[in-house]
Amino acid sequence: MDTKDFEFDTINLGHGSGGLMTRELLDKIIFEKFSNPYLDQKHDGSIIKIEGSMAISTDSFVISPIFFKGGNIGELAINGTVNDVAMCGASPKYLSLAFIVEEGLAINDFVKIVDSIKATADHCGVQIITGDTKVVERGKGDKIFINTTGFGKVHPKANISADNIKTGDKIIISGPIAQHGMAIMSQREGLQFESTLKSDTTNLNYLVNDLLDAFGDKIHLLRDPTRGGLASVLSEIANDIQQGIVISEAHIPIDDQVAAACEILGLDPLYVANEGIFVAVVDAEVEEAVVELMRNDDKGMRANCIGSITAEHPKKVVMQSTIGGKRMVTPMIGEQLPRIC
Amino acid sequence: MKYLNEYRNLEATKSYLKLIERATTNTWNIMEICGGQTHGLVKNGILDLLPDGVRMIHGPGCPVCVTPLNLIDKAIELLENGVILCSFGDMVRVPGSKKSLLEAKANGGDLRILYSPLEAVNIAKENPEKEVVFFAVGFETTAPANALSVLHAQKENVKNYSILVSHVLVPPAMEGILDDEFCSIDAFLGAGHVCAIMGLQEYYPLVKKYKIPIVITGFEPLDLVQGIYMAVLQLEKGKYKLENQYARVVREEGNVEAKKIIEAVFEIGDREWRGIGKIPSSGYRLTAKFGAFDAESKFGISAVGTPENPQCIAGQILKGIKKPHQCDQFGKACTPSNPLGAPMVSSEGACAAYYHFSDNLISS
Repeated sequence: MDTKDFEFDTINLGHGSGGLMTRELLDKIIFEKFSNPYLDQKHDGSIIKIEGSMAISTDSFVISPIFFKGGNIGELAINGTVNDVAMCGASPKYLSLAFIVEEGLAINDFVKIVDSIKATADHCGVQIITGDTKVVERGKGDKIFINTTGFGKVHPKANISADNIKTGDKIIISGPIAQHGMAIMSQREGLQFESTLKSDTTNLNYLVNDLLDAFGDKIHLLRDPTRGGLASVLSEIANDIQQGIVISEAHIPIDDQVAAACEILGLDPLYVANEGIFVAVVDAEVEEAVVELMRNDDKGMRANCIGSITAEHPKKVVMQSTIGGKRMVTPMIGEQLPRIC
Repeated sequence: MKYLNEYRNLEATKSYLKLIERATTNTWNIMEICGGQTHGLVKNGILDLLPDGVRMIHGPGCPVCVTPLNLIDKAIELLENGVILCSFGDMVRVPGSKKSLLEAKANGGDLRILYSPLEAVNIAKENPEKEVVFFAVGFETTAPANALSVLHAQKENVKNYSILVSHVLVPPAMEGILDDEFCSIDAFLGAGHVCAIMGLQEYYPLVKKYKIPIVITGFEPLDLVQGIYMAVLQLEKGKYKLENQYARVVREEGNVEAKKIIEAVFEIGDREWRGIGKIPSSGYRLTAKFGAFDAESKFGISAVGTPENPQCIAGQILKGIKKPHQCDQFGKACTPSNPLGAPMVSSEGACAAYYHFSDNLISS
């Protein structure tokens, strides 16, 4: 797409009016880029056929900055929803895509984001089949918000439900924690904090599909620890199943640089957001095989078993610290606030 | 990882815990002064690993916890009157008498969470039409950077910058605790980072006057268990002296340059401590020379003041008279999402540390 084709350098209210300017924006950027038999009908919606059970998930993306080390809001909007559908034990096939753009966003930036959405969607094997674009006045948004809804076919061998979790099940994590959150923090204004930290945003659907092919209903639950981090996901699981969870700090993978950044900024990596890892609660008999399968995939090279489900301390998550002590891991309250000293 | 994993080593920590157990023949109450140390003890589960004879009492060294309620109300008033208020992160959720800074932000206040007060001076330069105030709380540790921001603003003639000062000092607080009739503390772990700035000189008179061991201690698990061991050894031998466990950071004379900066900008004055009350000569205020940078007088908000929530026993917690879970409101009316008092807000606060990490709640 050559942005010189546009009369305007920035998106303005007219582009969301529904009139000719909207049509120009859609034709030149959206329809051209995402062309497929569903979208090409330019109808109010799309009619799709999916046989068997279907998983649906929706998510809105409001990140600042919109371009960050390791990705951008567009890539995040695809991977995020693709992963949420995958966590249901499904293969994502179709996505809806809705933009809320603040007037003044550079057309260049919009095109960059759309290009990234297209590349990521292709990589994930999903098609954009319906969408929407609205423009709000300056000050009423934050550059660009994106909502995506994903539709996927549930894997025939999958039976993902917290109800299937039993005492003794193992908790496997697919990769190192806290990368996305710390990459974003290091780029926020005013931090004066330079690093080479990169967001871990990526799609997990193929790895999940391989796991379900190999282990079927031995995979009891899948969750991706995005906002609120690992601590919040584990707390939610413990609460849902009315059983306890015990994890070992020494077994949780984390990059040295990420750990150091958390230390400097006074943040607990257990609560920092992730965008490219997931937690699998699996039958104890497949623990080692699951870890091995994950480690043979480039999305799970640092997978590790971090703990198990226990009948002790129902609804509570307890972590064995590296020095042999115990601490409670509680859900995050509001945003994590950096400490004074 | 240098200076991180080395001090979180399982074997080394275990061997110190064994030494502590072997050395302890009596019951000792040891207060760790600093909130960072409380955080380290609870987060790493060290409290459960200590022998019954060693009882850790959590001291008042959490800057957020001891900042008086009326200062928070003053900060909120500034925020609501169009000032750009800059603050360290964990100050913003502390409840004032009616709301927190975070709630005032949600109502439209321009609140900026910063890691450095020098950044606030930059914000003032970028927004010459606005007044910018930095909420300068903390112990001796944050004083040099806060003082430096004032020096920078003066040098660069930034007239729309000022600070709302609530600086407190460790040694007078230790005296206040020791003078309390209910005080049962046998030894202190001194605040490592405070001493990194101030040095050791102020602590010798305390040791002598109160005949109490003080071990200046760091924050990592290994620092903490070594500091506790050094304190226990003194207590068991009936000795009292000043020792420096944190020698890799703390020098006898402290950080001379940082002290010069503090002395250039601040002078010692009386201070209110949340939950404790007024302690004479226990804090810093701006000297007359830098009066123009004092937000309280600049905006005429000295009179704003409010009483504490009577249900909160923060004072007894901060003096070590009660443990957080001995409070009737702990985990019930008072939680981190709905705190009655400051120690439940900051992760350094004893109540929040207990709420988040301690297994006091595991079996409940």
